[in-house]
Amino acid sequence: MKALEITDLHKTYANGFVALKGIDLAVEEGEFFALLGPNGAGKSTTIGIIASLVKKSAGKVRVFGIDCDLDHAAAKALIGLVPQEINFSQFETPFQIVTNQGGFYGLPRRLAEERAETYLRQLGIWDKHDQPARNLSGGMKRRLMIARALVHEPRLLILDEPTAGVDIELRRSMWEFIRGINARGTTIILTTHYLEEAEALCRRIAIINHGRIIEDSTMRSLLARLHMETFVLDLFDPLDEPPDLSPYATRLVDPHTLEVDVSREQDVNGLFVRLSERGIRVMSLRNKANRLEELFMHLLGERLPQEEAA
Amino acid sequence: MKERGQVYLIAYLTLVRKEITRFLRIWPQTILPPAVTMTLYFIIFGQLMGPRIGAMDGLPYMSYIAPGIIMMSVITNSYANVVSSFFSAKFQKHIEELLVSPMPNSLILAGYVTGGIGRGLMVGLVVTCVALLFTDLRVHEPAVVVLVVTLTATLFSLGGFINAIYARKFDDISIVPTFVLTPLTYLGGVFYSIDLLPQFWQRVSLGNPILYMVNAFRYGMLGVTDIPIDRALLIITGFILALTLLSLHLLRRGTGLRS
Repeated sequence: MKALEITDLHKTYANGFVALKGIDLAVEEGEFFALLGPNGAGKSTTIGIIASLVKKSAGKVRVFGIDCDLDHAAAKALIGLVPQEINFSQFETPFQIVTNQGGFYGLPRRLAEERAETYLRQLGIWDKHDQPARNLSGGMKRRLMIARALVHEPRLLILDEPTAGVDIELRRSMWEFIRGINARGTTIILTTHYLEEAEALCRRIAIINHGRIIEDSTMRSLLARLHMETFVLDLFDPLDEPPDLSPYATRLVDPHTLEVDVSREQDVNGLFVRLSERGIRVMSLRNKANRLEELFMHLLGERLPQEEAA
Repeated sequence: MKERGQVYLIAYLTLVRKEITRFLRIWPQTILPPAVTMTLYFIIFGQLMGPRIGAMDGLPYMSYIAPGIIMMSVITNSYANVVSSFFSAKFQKHIEELLVSPMPNSLILAGYVTGGIGRGLMVGLVVTCVALLFTDLRVHEPAVVVLVVTLTATLFSLGGFINAIYARKFDDISIVPTFVLTPLTYLGGVFYSIDLLPQFWQRVSLGNPILYMVNAFRYGMLGVTDIPIDRALLIITGFILALTLLSLHLLRRGTGLRS
């Protein structure tokens, strides 16, 4: 069953800005789906329409087969939204915020309170459950919004930049938590600027740009289209000039740092053979950029001239 | 969604609880100031100036103004509660908690209006207790008192809601109370009978809806009124109906809420 089905979705704002130019998107139940795109591409508008915060101009949105135009309340009951911006009362406590949200979805008070405690504990903010929300740190506020979105146990969870401004350690613990939610059967749609996050978590990906979907495929097939990866090598011994490691192209960043391009047709083993032949000892190796990031930039760059021409 | 009626009832009660908790949490800003202000009215207009003014409609001046002062506090507080709460929810964006939920627009409106009625009635009760320190209050027709005060609180809660929908900045929520509500209240027969006015200004006063509420409430308390009670109730109900329809229309259009 499709958790979300969007057909020919259009949005033109009152000021004439055309945010969506006919989007088609389908997300299967149980998927972990990434919706990526640069700022202003139409991600938040799409999410806003699904969550009924933005009015669509035309098109259809179905949530688990329910047409939002026909029974919006039933569709909304199945969705949980973690928005990009902090949007809870700064004067209420986390416990009140999560419990009340459960009430707005029709959970009896006692059940809403039990669930609020469960999720606030799981997300590590129970210690602050009775303090005004304005006293929470940035990371805690983000986790509070996740707890709030989960209290009615939605079948579709939409996370709009959930880890923005969160330090890497906390980000990784939030990934684990969200993975667990997905493993229990909740369909997840994620938008993020951290492409490593999308690569680590999502099995399918759609890229939106200038209000159109320019890519919609599995993460594996998308990454397979990456033509070139650049590795950064930290060297034990300094070099004066870039070594000849042909057929691999090299650039010396500084005497201890070497960049090497490896194309899809080449293998990394061959690179190490060439390094050994030259007596170059490597201390460590890393990707220069996230693989998805490289592909993302490549796809956006590819489409940009067409968009400008249009 | 199973048992939709039950889901909606819980959602409505949750919003009402949230609204009542909000104004009780900040009681020094919501409950205490009207009690202090109205005490000053009773001291200055009732005790100090009242004996010089003499009787009004055959009643001591203090007794005559008490219902109007109670009604004035109900009007300003029911309006202020909804306009500030709903605008804050918009400003801090936590109105989205309701917009993403399955709650229909009518329940969102009902929840906020009930909160406004709750504060209006609570402040009205506090001011009534203050009035009892200065004068004897007898209730002529309890049913009329309860009906009029509840309808008035409902009407001004709706007014506050519409103001908050259109408001874009904090200034916008103080313009109507300052330049519309306060003059209409003061000129609505709180402190005087319109019989004291020249014929022309009496007719002008009849265009002020607050006059009908103050007089209907005064009739319920004291049994005297400048306006026939049935006409007053009809006008109040008509305004409530019109503002309810306007509020629902604005919510359906998403004015100020959904882009």
